[in-house]
Amino acid sequence: MDNQYNPNEAPAKHMFSMQLDPQMFEKATDEEKQQQEVMSESTTFFRDGMRRLRKNKLSMFGIIVLFAILIGITAAPHIVPYGYEEILSVEGRRDKGAKNLKPFEYSKMEQQYIAKGGERFPHIFGTDEQCRDYFIRVIYGTRVSLTVGFFASIIVLIIGMLYGSISGYIGGRVDMIMMRIVDVIYSLPDMLMVILLSVVLPSLISFPPDSFFGKMGPNMVSLFIVFGLLYWVGMARLIRGQILSIKENDYILAAQSTGASAGRIIRRHIIPNCLSVIIVSTALQIPSAIFTESYLSFIGLGVQAPMPSLGSLANAARGGINTYPFKLVYPSIMICLIVLSLNLLGDGLRDAFDPKLRR
Amino acid sequence: MAEHLLEVEHLKQYFPVRDGWFSTKPLKAVDDVSFSIDPGETLGLVGESGCGKTTVGRSILRLYEPTDGVVRFDGEEVTARNIHALRRKMQMVFQDPYSSLNPRMTVEDIIGEPLDVHHMYSGRAERRERILELMSIVGLNAEHATRYAHEFSGGQRQRIGIARALAVNPKFIVCDEPVSALDVSIQAQVINMFEELQEKLGVAYLFIAHDLLVVRHISKNIAVMYLGHMVETAEANELMDHPIHPYTESLLSAVPIPDPKIARQKKRIMLEGNVPSPLNMPTGCPFRTRCNYSTDKCAEACPELTDRGNGHKVACWNR
Amino acid sequence: MKEYEHLLSVQDLHTTFTTDNGEVHAVNGVSFDLDEHKVLGIVGESGSGKSVTAYSVMQILAENGRISGGRILYKGEDISKWNEKKMSGFRGKNCSIIFQDPMTSLNPVFTVGNQLMEAITLHTDKRGAAAKARAVEMLELVGINEPEKRLKQYPFELSGGMRQRVMIAMALACEPDILIADEPTTALDVTIQAQILELMLDIQKKLGMAIIMVTHDLGVIAEMCDEIIVMYGGRVCERGTADEIFYNPKHEYTKGLLHSIPSVSGSKEKLQPIEGTPINMLNMPKGCAFCPRCKEAMKVCLEMVPEERIINNDHTAACWINVRDGIAGDPVVKKEEEVTSNG
Repeated sequence: MDNQYNPNEAPAKHMFSMQLDPQMFEKATDEEKQQQEVMSESTTFFRDGMRRLRKNKLSMFGIIVLFAILIGITAAPHIVPYGYEEILSVEGRRDKGAKNLKPFEYSKMEQQYIAKGGERFPHIFGTDEQCRDYFIRVIYGTRVSLTVGFFASIIVLIIGMLYGSISGYIGGRVDMIMMRIVDVIYSLPDMLMVILLSVVLPSLISFPPDSFFGKMGPNMVSLFIVFGLLYWVGMARLIRGQILSIKENDYILAAQSTGASAGRIIRRHIIPNCLSVIIVSTALQIPSAIFTESYLSFIGLGVQAPMPSLGSLANAARGGINTYPFKLVYPSIMICLIVLSLNLLGDGLRDAFDPKLRR
Repeated sequence: MAEHLLEVEHLKQYFPVRDGWFSTKPLKAVDDVSFSIDPGETLGLVGESGCGKTTVGRSILRLYEPTDGVVRFDGEEVTARNIHALRRKMQMVFQDPYSSLNPRMTVEDIIGEPLDVHHMYSGRAERRERILELMSIVGLNAEHATRYAHEFSGGQRQRIGIARALAVNPKFIVCDEPVSALDVSIQAQVINMFEELQEKLGVAYLFIAHDLLVVRHISKNIAVMYLGHMVETAEANELMDHPIHPYTESLLSAVPIPDPKIARQKKRIMLEGNVPSPLNMPTGCPFRTRCNYSTDKCAEACPELTDRGNGHKVACWNR
Repeated sequence: MKEYEHLLSVQDLHTTFTTDNGEVHAVNGVSFDLDEHKVLGIVGESGSGKSVTAYSVMQILAENGRISGGRILYKGEDISKWNEKKMSGFRGKNCSIIFQDPMTSLNPVFTVGNQLMEAITLHTDKRGAAAKARAVEMLELVGINEPEKRLKQYPFELSGGMRQRVMIAMALACEPDILIADEPTTALDVTIQAQILELMLDIQKKLGMAIIMVTHDLGVIAEMCDEIIVMYGGRVCERGTADEIFYNPKHEYTKGLLHSIPSVSGSKEKLQPIEGTPINMLNMPKGCAFCPRCKEAMKVCLEMVPEERIINNDHTAACWINVRDGIAGDPVVKKEEEVTSNG
C-alpha cells in the first residue's frame, strides 16, 4: 500500500472523498488548532456563586422583597408625617376620634380639616386604640425586628466563630473539653432559658439614657445577650466541623511543607474556605432571631413600650381581634414576609455557594 | 560525608492509635528504613497502599515528628529547629491535584506562597516576575495567573503544584504519587516535565508511586517497601529484571503489561491473602504470612538489608 | 438458530446531560456489538464517555442525563425505550455492573449476607435457605474463604479486594448474560488487582457471560480483552482486536496513548505525550474531537468529523489521515440506516 501522501490520488478512492478539496488534506497550523480549543470564560468562586444565585427564582424573590422592605423602612418615616409614639392631633388639638380607624379612614376632625382645604396624610393601616398611626408603628416595628435579628446574628457569629475555630484548629484534648461545654449548653431547654434570662437581665443592666444602648432600652440589649449566650453553640459546632474537614485537605499539608506558619494557614487557607458556610448560616440565623424576638415581645418580654416591635404589635392587637382583625394581620404578614424571604435567600445562598450542603 | 544529598538512617515513624480508654498502641507506619539520594538523582519508592511510602516522604519533610532515626540533608541533620530554613531546599508535590490546591486562591497566590513565606522578593514586581517565570517553566500561560485552580484540568493543576514546589529553588522534591491521578496522556506530559526539570535544574526526587512502569522509567534506583520495611533496593533495571525478594517478584508479576503478546505469555505469581494490619504485625519478617518460601527462621527474626553485589540489597533469609 | 444477531447491540447511541452551563453531549453516536463469551474493552480518558456508555446500557444515568438517540438491542429487543419497571428487572438479572469503588457501592449498614441475599431474592424465586445456599455458593465462586462467616460481616470488616469480590458475587448471583465492569480495579493495589482480574476471567470461563470492561488502564485492557474500543470525546475513534489496536494503531489518539506509556523493556527514552489538555465537553470542536491535540491535524480535521472506516476485517478507525494515505476502506454502515432502509 502506498503510504505516501498524494492529494490527487488518495482522496479520490472513495465516493465520499471526491467531494473533498485536496487542500483540505494539508496540515493545519497551530493557530487553526488553537482556535478550536477555547478555555471557558474565567469565573471566580464568587462570580460563579452569584450567577447561580441569580438563576434561583425563589431567592431572587426573597431578595426583591427584602429590598422593598428595607427601602420601605428607611423611606417611610421621612414621608409619613407621624411619629410612632405620636398621638394624633389636628391643628394642635388632640384628635380623640382617631381611635381604631380602619385603613385609609379619616376621623371626624380630620374630615372637617380636609373639608376646610387642609391636607392630611392618609392612615394607610388605620390607627390603634391610642390614636397612633398604625402604618408608622408597623414600619418601626419592622425596623426593630430586623435590627434585633441582624445584630443578634452578628453576635452569634462572632462568638461561634472564635470558639469553633479555636476548638477545631487546636483539636485533641482542648477540642474535647470545649465541645463537652457546648453539649452542656445545648442540653439546656432553650425556650425556658430565653424567658428566664429576659426576665432577669433587663433589671441587671442599665445604660445612660442618651447612649446608643440606652436608646434601645435594656430589654433590647438583653435580647442580644440572650441570643449571644444561647445560639452561638450551633454556629460553633458548624464552624468546628468545617475546620476539621478543611484541615484534611492536602493544601493545608502543602502550606505546612512550604513552611507557612499556623497563623498564615488559618488566615489564608482555612477561613476563606469556611466563609461560604459562615455566610449561609448567618443568613439563616437572622430569621430565627427575628422569630424569637417576636415571640418574646408577644409574651411581653421583648422591647419596651412605646417602642413597637412586630411581636408586641401583634400582642396588642389580640384584644380587639374580632373587631379590628387588620391590626393583627399587618404585623403578622410582615413577620412572615421577612422570615420567608430571609429563608429563601439563605437557602439560595447555600445552594449557590456551598453545593455540598445541599439537601 | 557530604557526597549524598539526602541520607535517611533508621527512620522510624510510629503513630499512637487508641487501644482502650486510656492506653494507646503504636502503629508502625515506617519501621527502620535507611536510604540515601545523590544530588540530581531519582529514587523511586514503590509498594502497596499502607506500606508507609507516603509516610517516609512526609517524615523527611518533618510534616510528622519522626519517632526515631536521623535524616541528614546536605550533611546537616534535619531537626525541628532548622526545618524552616531547610524547607527552602526541600519541597513536596502531592498526589491529588484537586485537594492540594486551595480553591479560594489564584494561581499567582498559590505559586507565590512559598515566596511569601520565605520572604524571597523585595517588591511586588519581583514577585510577579518570578511567578511568571515559574509558570513558563512548567508550561502554563502567563494569562492564567489570575485564574482559580478549579478552572484547570488535572494535568494543569499538577503543573501549578510543581511550580509551587519549584518556587524556592529546591534541591530536592518529594513527589508523592504525582501522576497517579492523571490520565495516561497527561501522565506522560508530567513525567517528561519532571525529567526536564531534573536536567535543567539538577533537582533530586524521591518519587513515590505504585505504577512500577512509571517508576522504572523515571528512577535511577528503586526501593520496594512492604509494611513499613524496606525489602529490596537496587538500580532500576536491575531490580525490575532480576528481582530477588519474593515480594518484589510477585509485585512485578502482578503489573498489567500494556502489550497483549507479552501479557498472554506472562506467568503470575499470585499472592495469597491480604496485607496484615500494621497494628498486628507478624513476628520476624513482615512478609512471611504471604510468602511461598517462608521458613521457621522467618518467624524468629526480621532479615536485614544485605548487599548482593552491585548495590542490590535484599532483606530476605532464603534468597 | 438464534432469533437475534448479537447478545447486545448498541447502535448510534447518543447520551446528553443538561447542566447549568448548557447541554453536554457525553456520548455522540457510539455503536458496538457484544457476543456471548466475549470480553469487550472500552478504553479512554476521563470525559471520553466510556463510563456514560456503560451506564446508558444499564440506564443508570444521573438525573440530568438522558439517552437522546440511538437504540440498545438486547437479544434483538430495544431496551432503551423500556420503562423503569422493566429496566429494574433487566438490571441484575440480565446485565450487572460493578463499580470502581467497592466501599461506596456496598451499603455500610447491612451485612454482606443481607445484601447478597437481597440481590438473589429480587431476581430469582429462591427464598430463605435456598437463597442463603446460593449466597454461600457465590462467595465460594469468587474465592472468599469461610463464606458462612463472611455473610454475617459488615462491609467495613472486609478489605478492599474482598469487597470487590463480594461485589462481583452480587453481580453474578443471578447469572446475568452481561457483566459491565466500570474500572473494577482502579482503586485496588496491583497484587489485588491481579487477583481480581484473574478471578473475572476465571468466572467468565465457568459461567460464559460477556464482559464489558471499562477502564483507562491499557495494561488491564491488554490482558483481558478480545476486542477493544478506543473512545475520545464521546465518539469511537478506533476499534479492533487487541493485537490490531496495540500493534497496528490507525488513529492518532491511539498512537499517542501507546507512546505515552513507559516501555515494558525499561528503556529510558523520552515519552512522547499527547500535548494539550483533555477535551472540554462544553466546547466541542466542530470537526474531529481530537484535532486540537493532534500532531498530524489537517484542515479537513477542523471542519468535518471523520467517519469510522474499515482498515481490515478486524479493525476500523475514524481518522482522516487514513483517508489521506489511502489505507481506509468504506465507511462503516450505521445500523440505524440499514434497519430503516430495510423496513
